[in-house]
Amino acid sequence: MSAGIRRFAERYPVGMAGGAIMLLVVLAAVLAGVVSTHDPTRTDAAHTFVPPNAQFWLGTDHLGRDIYSRIIHGARVSLAVGIACSLIGGVAGGAVGLVSGYVGGRADTVIQPTLDIMQGFPLLVLALVMTAALGPSIETVVVAISVPFIPRIARVVRASVLSIRETSYVEAARALGANHIRVALRHILPNTVAPLIVMSTAQLGSAILVEASLSFLGLGVPEPYPSWGRMLSVSAAEFAQRAPWVVIFPGLAISLVVFASNLLGDSLRDFLDPRLRL
Amino acid sequence: MWAFLARRLGLAAVTLVGMSIVIFVLLRLAPGNIVDLLFQSAGYVDPVEKQHIMHDLSLDRPVPVQYAQWVGQLLHGNLGLSYRYGLPAWQIIRPRIPVTVELAIMSIAVAIALGLPTGVASAARQNTPVDYGFRMFSLAGLSMPAFWLGMLIILVLVRAFGWIPSMLYISARVDLRAHLLQFGLPALAVGYRSAALINRMTRSSMLEVLREDYVRTARAKGLAGRAVIYRHALQNALLPVVTVIGTEFAFLIGGLVVTETVFNLPGVARYLVEAILWRDYPVVQNLVMFIAIIVVLANLAVDLLYARLDPRIRYT
Repeated sequence: MSAGIRRFAERYPVGMAGGAIMLLVVLAAVLAGVVSTHDPTRTDAAHTFVPPNAQFWLGTDHLGRDIYSRIIHGARVSLAVGIACSLIGGVAGGAVGLVSGYVGGRADTVIQPTLDIMQGFPLLVLALVMTAALGPSIETVVVAISVPFIPRIARVVRASVLSIRETSYVEAARALGANHIRVALRHILPNTVAPLIVMSTAQLGSAILVEASLSFLGLGVPEPYPSWGRMLSVSAAEFAQRAPWVVIFPGLAISLVVFASNLLGDSLRDFLDPRLRL
Repeated sequence: MWAFLARRLGLAAVTLVGMSIVIFVLLRLAPGNIVDLLFQSAGYVDPVEKQHIMHDLSLDRPVPVQYAQWVGQLLHGNLGLSYRYGLPAWQIIRPRIPVTVELAIMSIAVAIALGLPTGVASAARQNTPVDYGFRMFSLAGLSMPAFWLGMLIILVLVRAFGWIPSMLYISARVDLRAHLLQFGLPALAVGYRSAALINRMTRSSMLEVLREDYVRTARAKGLAGRAVIYRHALQNALLPVVTVIGTEFAFLIGGLVVTETVFNLPGVARYLVEAILWRDYPVVQNLVMFIAIIVVLANLAVDLLYARLDPRIRYT
């Protein structure tokens, strides 16, 4: 494991830098209580629209809340949603892909068109409709973002299952009397892990972006959780001219994290599975 | 050719039916029913009116009947009634269509203009500072939320030129320059992301083609680098790029949803958000179906174009 990481770092320093930034943000999110300087939800009428200074590092918003502390606490929501969606999408998509590819036949003819249809919807539109149906809450947001990931991941996993199914070691396992479930879980699944990891990492960035868009539109993670997207919501836009820092810093936070996860994802793809092109 | 077209159209129709079922079922997942939600925002429930609305929406009938009714209405061009405005939804949607279509076309134009040349340049100079620069440019495009980029554009313009984008829609007939400016800036905000994807696809597809034998032959016979790249390589590298442009067209709609909101453009995409916030479900259902139709048509167009561009693909 550690040898693998060292080899990755040597060959892909840029990807490693992306990983380091992600790690830093994860640490900041976990230690939010220690790292932040103010209570992220406390309003302070005497200190509205304070420009960045020694006391309020990134300034304050229209309610006098400290933007730096809100960004640090917002990282919790963005990362939690992003990671949860990649995990759920990865596991569910992996399972669907495995069944569709290994069982084939009738299961495949039902699953494939269903995936096609799901993938036909623009990600944000599908997520919007799901939040509309289920009502805004953090669980809804996670479901609404993970479900559109399933077809994208299932497709890639299915393709790799189809090629693994024909290899001689699978045939050998079958000849030795292993049943289908054993073959699928012990012999095929481990070999699809690389594309699965690559695809899930690639979705992390889009999950964070979609969550930000939903929150921006007022349909994302509800109060009182500070969320990067909501910090940029339409009401914040009205103050942009008076207090540009209200708009600039949360957007920078989103862009930096997504940028880092893209760097990491790209390098992981080249490292683990050079044949995959997104 | 005709058989191919017929089969492709059939497939598109099946996909649309599937998508309509997904939309229909999704909107019925709502906890409680739509009418309760409508009343929730009003704060009280009037049982008589509730029955009335239930009947209006055919919610008192079995689900398959409701679905059949909806599809029947759609086929007759009836998009239902907006609860918010008390008007036929089509009357509200129709004037918004040109706004969204224009913005979408301009965004794709921006995306191609930015993405294609930078992708070619990146591939032609692989692993040089030019390549690294354009790759960073493209990764940045994939990382920035479109709505934030839109806000930054407005912020910079106001700071630098003291210019505030009009919050009212300006028709091209009234003031062409102001109209183009009003659409150009959001198109830039939406198109950047798609440009980034087109850039990546062009780069990787060009890199593959540039290693082909016929490219080496063209170089060996002494053709200038430019002629090889544009006449020999690019033509063959374009195929996957066309696919990306087609699929991006669908994803663009997501970008339009937020960008129309930031720039206050009265388009279809923003109306979808408004309808969701107002719980105007009949409108949401029909608007999403409308988007589904556009996506399916875009994919169909790409498939047909694909078959035309690549003689190796047969119409069978």
